[in-house]
Amino acid sequence: MSNAIIPLLLDSLASAALIFFAAVGLTLVFSVLRVLNVAHGSLYSIGGYAAASACLFIASQQLNPYLSFAALLLSAVFVAAIFGPLIERSLVRWTYGKSEAVQILITFGLFLILEDLQRLIFGVQSLYEDAPMRLLGTSSIGGVVYLNYQILLVGMAVLVVVGLRLLINHTRLGRLFTAVVTDREMAQSIGIDTNRIFILAFSLGVFLAALGGALSTPTSGIAPGLGADTMVLAFAVAAIGGLGQIEGAAVASLIVGLARVLAIYLAPSLDAVAPYAAMLVVLLIRPYGLFGSVTARRI
Amino acid sequence: MRRAILEAKNLCVAFNGVKAADGASIAIHDGEFLAIIGPNGSGKTTLLNICTGYIRPVSGSVLLDGNDITRLSPRAIARRGVARAFQIPQLFSAQRVIDNMMLALAAKDGLWSAIRPLETAQRRDEAMALLELVGLDGDAERISSTLPEGHRKLLDIAVALALKPRLLLLDEPTSGVSALERFPLMEALMSALRQRRITALFVEHDMDVVARYASRVLVWNAGNIMAEGRPDEVFGNAQVRERVVGVA
Amino acid sequence: MRIILTAAAVLTLAVLPAAAPWLQFVLTLAIAKGFAALGVAVLLRAGLISIGHAMFFAASAYGVAFLAHAGINDLGLLLLLSVLVAALTGAIAGAFLVRYRAIFFAMLNLAVSMVFYALCAKLYGVTGGTDGMPVPIPAVFGIIFAEPVFKSVLFYLSLALMVLVGLAVQRYLDSPLGHALSAVHTNEIRLEYLGIPVWAVLLIAYVISAALAGLGGAISAFAIGRVVPDFAFWTASGHLVLIAVLGGIGGVPGAFIGALFLELLHSAAVTVTDAWNLIVGMTLIIVIMFMPQGIYGLFARKEASSP
Repeated sequence: MSNAIIPLLLDSLASAALIFFAAVGLTLVFSVLRVLNVAHGSLYSIGGYAAASACLFIASQQLNPYLSFAALLLSAVFVAAIFGPLIERSLVRWTYGKSEAVQILITFGLFLILEDLQRLIFGVQSLYEDAPMRLLGTSSIGGVVYLNYQILLVGMAVLVVVGLRLLINHTRLGRLFTAVVTDREMAQSIGIDTNRIFILAFSLGVFLAALGGALSTPTSGIAPGLGADTMVLAFAVAAIGGLGQIEGAAVASLIVGLARVLAIYLAPSLDAVAPYAAMLVVLLIRPYGLFGSVTARRI
Repeated sequence: MRRAILEAKNLCVAFNGVKAADGASIAIHDGEFLAIIGPNGSGKTTLLNICTGYIRPVSGSVLLDGNDITRLSPRAIARRGVARAFQIPQLFSAQRVIDNMMLALAAKDGLWSAIRPLETAQRRDEAMALLELVGLDGDAERISSTLPEGHRKLLDIAVALALKPRLLLLDEPTSGVSALERFPLMEALMSALRQRRITALFVEHDMDVVARYASRVLVWNAGNIMAEGRPDEVFGNAQVRERVVGVA
Repeated sequence: MRIILTAAAVLTLAVLPAAAPWLQFVLTLAIAKGFAALGVAVLLRAGLISIGHAMFFAASAYGVAFLAHAGINDLGLLLLLSVLVAALTGAIAGAFLVRYRAIFFAMLNLAVSMVFYALCAKLYGVTGGTDGMPVPIPAVFGIIFAEPVFKSVLFYLSLALMVLVGLAVQRYLDSPLGHALSAVHTNEIRLEYLGIPVWAVLLIAYVISAALAGLGGAISAFAIGRVVPDFAFWTASGHLVLIAVLGGIGGVPGAFIGALFLELLHSAAVTVTDAWNLIVGMTLIIVIMFMPQGIYGLFARKEASSP
């Protein structure tokens, strides 16, 4: 029993970590910009395509395979540096102060565009290069074999939670973020360049999504449709945790991961439905998520 | 003393550590026009929010005709004949003035018709009569967001009247209304209340309005009743003069 | 004036297939999508965006396929029952979803529709997986027509339904319930204080919108002759949102005008490019940014400015 459940648990934790990267980016962008970017999942898959292409290039040129670890990270930076400012300045900025309906429609339009662009550029075949996973190999504890890469993924997720918390609580940029989140008008009036904060926060969100996508390619490859699936999963996780809550997203991705383990045991064909079931249950009980709070309506 | 329509007993509510009600009890009697005055931030609007089910008190209860309505929703309380006009007008701002009125009238009787139009000749006449009463008949076809603030306020009151309530709760009916229109509005309101036998409670800052129209005054301060009685009695109270009338 | 314009438009649509027979299929599909987009537009009135309405479109289409397999072979009965299937699905999903607003409403609709899509695609034994299910040609009042004749019957039936259902929806929107629906968008607090149960207003609208999407799905199932999971895919939902927005928020004829415009554009575009979603996405952004009242809004504004 335990021999079977521990690898499954690690497998679920690793995929929970990947979704966490996407969800925490979504939640961060939402809390600073107050925009839910429906195209967020596409940036995850773009990060995946960038990383897979880079790793395949490294393999085809027979370069040092350890370069592919750098490639995973750099492709996420690359995607964030290009798409972050571009999307924020051209589309998202236009929606500030407009109704949420407009924000949903604009970013949904962007989502359709990005998904089609990926299909046109990378085709409908899936890309797969598992060099980073193979390089790390496996380790065996008490007769159970683990993929080291999966342990790395979980470690990275923990690192991101700690890193974001440190960034927000202990750096100047983090304090600026907090100021904008708490009271945007006040932040503007005391001379904070909110436009710069928005670009930075949005790009950081894109980076986290792209990082998740990049790190996912060695284990599962990348194929069309990943963006949409990720978007909905990331939203499910962000909603369970409470939109705008970083630690909430972490806890929620654990819940989703465990729900998946449970589903694989109880009803294997329904494992894809488990995250949504978890989301529905949580939102029925707490409509604003586990860590979310209701903003009081005023009369 | 006549029978109490609405009673709030031993209310306790706190917001961010500030007590909006601290064990106070109030009662509104059939046919009276009770004014509640008090300094800003003393919890007058909160009191209306509790009486209409918008927020729940920490402890205490609200009774309507002797029945406990403390845990009912604003919707359920509205359906029992308690209407409310707001300090900040709550309108369907994208709709025409007349549609605001007709929807309120329909809420009372024919909401569940999905086939008959909202606008019937009878409903329109009824709506126009109420608009005329508050002096908005000339604005009937305007989109309500385009009305000046004072007129939005009037519309908000007219919408509450359209529910044909037994009890009307008014949150500063004359704030935002120009000084010239203030007394004509109050005259129209009073005649409507008398005609329709509506009991009313109003929170008010304008002491001239209170002195002239209230049948009873209650001074609310820091969650407690500071003084209570006929307007001349209350305004004669030195403490009230200093703490409330002077400030307001 | 409106009546004459509408009659002229419907007549033009009725005679078009005589001039260009290939148009008949395109127009049938356009009307079908118009129904579904009208469903989305009904919810837009309350400021609610559903990016999952293709689910109801598909639920009804699968309903047709299942019922046909079960031996029901009458066009009218199949249409009626499958729309009921969609309405029932809408009632179940709506009971949960109408508690939410804005982002949550949009995203939860998307999530539910993706679960539905996944089930359609994965439950191979039940739904035929990605191969989908065939839809045989049903009898019309006991008569079984040859395929071309049936497709013509379907087209003219859709056209007639467009007018009838369009009028019915217009009546609904003009009724107290319809006004209460728009009022949800502007002021829920006032609605509560009028004693109007917002959830009931929204649930009724949700069921109506699901039924409209279902009618579109059933017509599409007959027109195409096969139902596949892609009916429920989120891109399909996206198209419906675009059509509803194109048609101008709320206008009943707008949904059909938007659908006709988009379907004609689609049949022109597929001959030169397969980047259809790219075009849809760009159009959506351009419409929102530069013509917030949609295509139908352009006509309406001109009408209003002439005395």
